[in-house]
This record gives sequence, C-alpha cells and structure tokens, in this order.
Amino acid sequence: MARFVRREARLIDEKRLDEWYELFAEDALYWMPLARGQTDPHSHTSLFCEDRFLLKVRIERLKDPLSHSQQQPSFCQHVLQQPEVVERDDEVGEYALRTPFVYLETRLDEQFVLGGVAHHDLRREDGRLKIAVKRIELLNRDAALPSIQLFL
Amino acid sequence: MTGSSYASNPEALRALVRADAVHRDLYISEELYEMEQERLWRNAWIYMGHDSQVPKPGDFYTADIAGSPLLMLRGRDGEVRVFLNRCAHKGTRVVSAVEGNCGSSLRCPYHGWTYRLDGGLRTVPLKGGYRDTGISESAHWQGLAPVPNVAIHRGFVFVRLSNEGPDFHDYFGDSLSSIDNMADRSPEGRLEIAGGALRYDHNCNWKMFVENLNDAMHPMVAHQSSAGVAKRLWEQEGVGGTPPMVVQQFAPFVSDYGFFDKMGVRIYENGHSYTGVNFSIHSKYSAEPEYERRMIEAYGEERAHAILSENRHNTVYFPSLTIKGAIQAIRVARPLAADRTVLESWTFRLAGAPEELLKRTMTYSRLINAPTSVVGHDDLHCYSEIQKGLHAHGNEWVSLHRNYDPAERDAIAGVYNGTSEVSMRGQFRAWLKHMLPRGEEAGAA
Repeated sequence: MARFVRREARLIDEKRLDEWYELFAEDALYWMPLARGQTDPHSHTSLFCEDRFLLKVRIERLKDPLSHSQQQPSFCQHVLQQPEVVERDDEVGEYALRTPFVYLETRLDEQFVLGGVAHHDLRREDGRLKIAVKRIELLNRDAALPSIQLFL
Repeated sequence: MTGSSYASNPEALRALVRADAVHRDLYISEELYEMEQERLWRNAWIYMGHDSQVPKPGDFYTADIAGSPLLMLRGRDGEVRVFLNRCAHKGTRVVSAVEGNCGSSLRCPYHGWTYRLDGGLRTVPLKGGYRDTGISESAHWQGLAPVPNVAIHRGFVFVRLSNEGPDFHDYFGDSLSSIDNMADRSPEGRLEIAGGALRYDHNCNWKMFVENLNDAMHPMVAHQSSAGVAKRLWEQEGVGGTPPMVVQQFAPFVSDYGFFDKMGVRIYENGHSYTGVNFSIHSKYSAEPEYERRMIEAYGEERAHAILSENRHNTVYFPSLTIKGAIQAIRVARPLAADRTVLESWTFRLAGAPEELLKRTMTYSRLINAPTSVVGHDDLHCYSEIQKGLHAHGNEWVSLHRNYDPAERDAIAGVYNGTSEVSMRGQFRAWLKHMLPRGEEAGAA
C-alpha cells in the first residue's frame, strides 16, 4: 500500500496522467479542503473537489495545445514521508493511509513549495487497489496562493 | 514616459489616458501605483467587507486598504464601525488575527491600552504618569481613529479613507441595483457570508482584473482549453439530458461572439458597469423549484419573477469590488504593488433559501475563481503576459478602440453592445478624474 501511494505521486511527477487517472475508483473524490478541520467537501468551499469527470477535464486540458498557461510547461515533484497505514480492514479490502509531503511546482523561473498531509482511502476492487478518496490537507491553505496547475 | 514624475505634472497624467487608448505606465509604473493608492484608493469608496462577517458585538474583521490596516468592529450597540487598526499609543496593530471576537474590549498587546467597542479609550496602565503631559489634548487620548466615511448598503461595508471625495450615493448611483438584486434573491432580503475566502495571488496590475470582468471578447478564446474541454468531454460522454451543474457552469464561457455581444453592457458614471443586461452565462442554470416557491411566498409571483429574471453577469464597483448577483459570488481586488494583486473570492448564503443554492455558489467559486481553477489559470496567464509584454519598447499604448464612439465623451452612461470596450473606457475616465489634482478634473477624457 505504501508502494501504491509512492507510485501515485510518481505518476503525477512523470506526467503519466492517464495512468494516474486509472487509479481512481468510479466514485472517487480528489479533495483539497479550504477550511481547517473541514469534514464535508460541500458545506464549505474547497480548493479541489473533483470527481472523475473533473479530473478528466484537468488532464485533457493539460494536453490541449490551446492551454496557453502551459505553453511554457509546469513540472512538479512530490517528496513523501513514509506513508503510514492508519486504518486497515483486510476482510473488506479498505485501507486508510496518511502521508506527509512537500510539493514543488515549477514553471521556468517561477517555483513554489507547498506542504501538507495526503490522506488516501484505498479500496480493493477486483484484486486491484483503487483510490476512493484522496484528501490533501494543505498547510498554507489560507494564504494567497499562486496558480496551482498540476496535482498534489 | 516611464520614469518621469507624474505627481507634479497634471499634463503628463492627462496625456496617459486617451479616449481610445491608455499608456502602459498605468500598469507598470510604481510611481503611478503609489499615486493611485493616495488619490484613487483613498478617495473612492472601497469595499471593506460584509456586515454578516461580524454578526455579534466584539466580532471583528481586518483588511488593508490603500496601505492602511483597517479594523471592522461590531459595537455593543450593534453598530458596525471601521477604525485604523493602530494603537493610539505607539502604533501596534491592536488585532493581528484576520477575524475573531475580542470580547467586551480591545487590548493592545504591547502596553495594555484598552479600548471600548466604540473605539473610545477605556484604560491606560499607570494613568498618573500622563498627568500634566498634555497627552489628553492629543490624538493619542482619543482612542482608535475611526475611518471618517463608512457606508453600508444591504450589508456591504464601504469605506472612503479621505475626508474629500464623492458622496456614497453620488459615487455609485444606480449601479447599487446589482447589490440590491443579489440581496433581493434571498426570500428574507438578507445575505450572509459563507463558505470561506479563496485568496489568489496575481502577479499583475489590479486594473487588468477589473477590466477583464466586463471584457466579453476573451472567454471564447482564453477559456477554450478549460471550459471548452469540459463542454467537449460532456458531449463525448453522450449521456444526454440535463448536464451536471459543473458543466452548466463551465459551458457558457465558450458561448459564441453573438451571445456575448447580445448580452449587452450597462455603463454608469465613475467607472461602474455590468455585463448581462439582457441575459448572461448564468441565465440557464437548472431551476430550483423549492427556492422559487419560497421566493414567490416572500415576494408574490410578479416581484419574485422580476428578481429572478435579472441575471447580470459581472458588476464592477470601481475600483475594488466585482459581484455576480445571479450566483452570489464576489471578488475583491487588494492591490499590493504595480505588478501584484491579491484577489479574494467570497460567497454568500441567501438567507431563507435552500442550502442547495449556497452549494451551487461555492461550486462556481471553486471552478472559476480559485487558485486551483482552470478558468482562473487561463485569465491570470493572460494578465501576467500583459504585465510582461508591456515592457516591450515600440508601442507604449493599450488599445480601447472597440466600438468607440466620440459621443461617449459627453455622456458615457447607457447600454451598449456586450463586446464593446466601453466599460474600460469608463474605468479609465474615472481613474483620470481621481488622479488629477483637485480643480484639474475638467476635461478628463
């Protein structure tokens, strides 16, 4: 499972986004809350609150030659702490992991650093692990943030 | 003209704004930025916040306007006041949190000078040390300095920091009808800030954002890769039926030129305007039957229908506030430098409306206005590229020619075709009026 989380980050960093997309379950949620302690993606504004359709929009946009903000492309690097399994139910096949991270996103001379904790709810489906929920608790979520164009 | 001094040269200032073009220094000169802070942002009515952010006595909210740290505070008498957030003693900001509740008084963290919720000085430790020093006749003894001019319209708190400048209603005039429409959309006629603030760091001049709000010629180009992709993917899914709200919110951004042109733009004096006179990108969202039922119950059928059929796109309250009444989302420009602006996006709950409406609003704000928004990425990319491109030597002017008609010079207020650049011409006319020294405004472009 820790390997799954590391591979997930690596697929983003290597821009293998179609493969990355396949890691998400049909009903998956990719969520970055805006409020600290936010328990519900819909009771407060979020920074990301993406179902598979919205993830697909982002991925296809990044490939689109008309994405002018990516004419000079962005790149990113996740630096992960060892993922910690915080809940485990082998019988049902559901797992919760917690992974502190540092994230760098760069576009030519501009670079910014973000940090936080990624929470993965993983589910075993037909023998394969899928992401049910990826929740990113961003450390400086209340700061005025620059354009975050890739994925944490 | 870059590098010349404008402060003492009204003619040089006047030469920056032509009827159909503006000079690049409006965006890149630090001197003009500093002058704007002094002459425009202190003398115009600037959005501070909404009174629903401070519902109870002792509730406060802070913001910096024209370089001044300000404090909005609800008093024991229920009044909302705005003060300079500066201790009368040595200048410490009396509160450093963005928002909170201070209890029954404010206490400076440095020497413990204490203020009542109406700003008056309550206690000073070892007061005897000030006997016969003359301090009691000075400003230091008068408590927190109030902002001299505060106006609240439907909960929207505006400040004018300078003693000089236009009266609130003269300044905004009938443009306040957009705020009214947003508040009227509540069955109780009341708005409440909800859902938090998205704060987006923009490496561009604030005017690029404000101009963009009524620029109806950019969406189908700039947002082709975001809204356009969303629309295409949904069509490819071939599910048919009513698209989900996210697609309903994205797709109209890539409507054709005819749509944006026919939508129309209304211009008011002093730089205010709104697009969507006839209809807008918000007109075709799915109906919310329970909400409509409550609106009819509150207002009667005819009035409810009149309120809900007004679907203005963006209203610009020059220079600081832009609102979307139809979706209850606002954006606030907080300039930091000639090439840096923080944009804050806030959302409102319509008091008495189903919670679904707030969810729709928050979804919109996230999809379109967040630092993580693909639509936001498109816009900011263009602004920051202008910020860079204007340094090119050879052409020092930015075009505002689209649908220019010399008749505007006499009276600009009115309704125009949606893709006209008349809203920008109106903003720069207002800009120049503020920037020229008093008595020199006559003949502003």
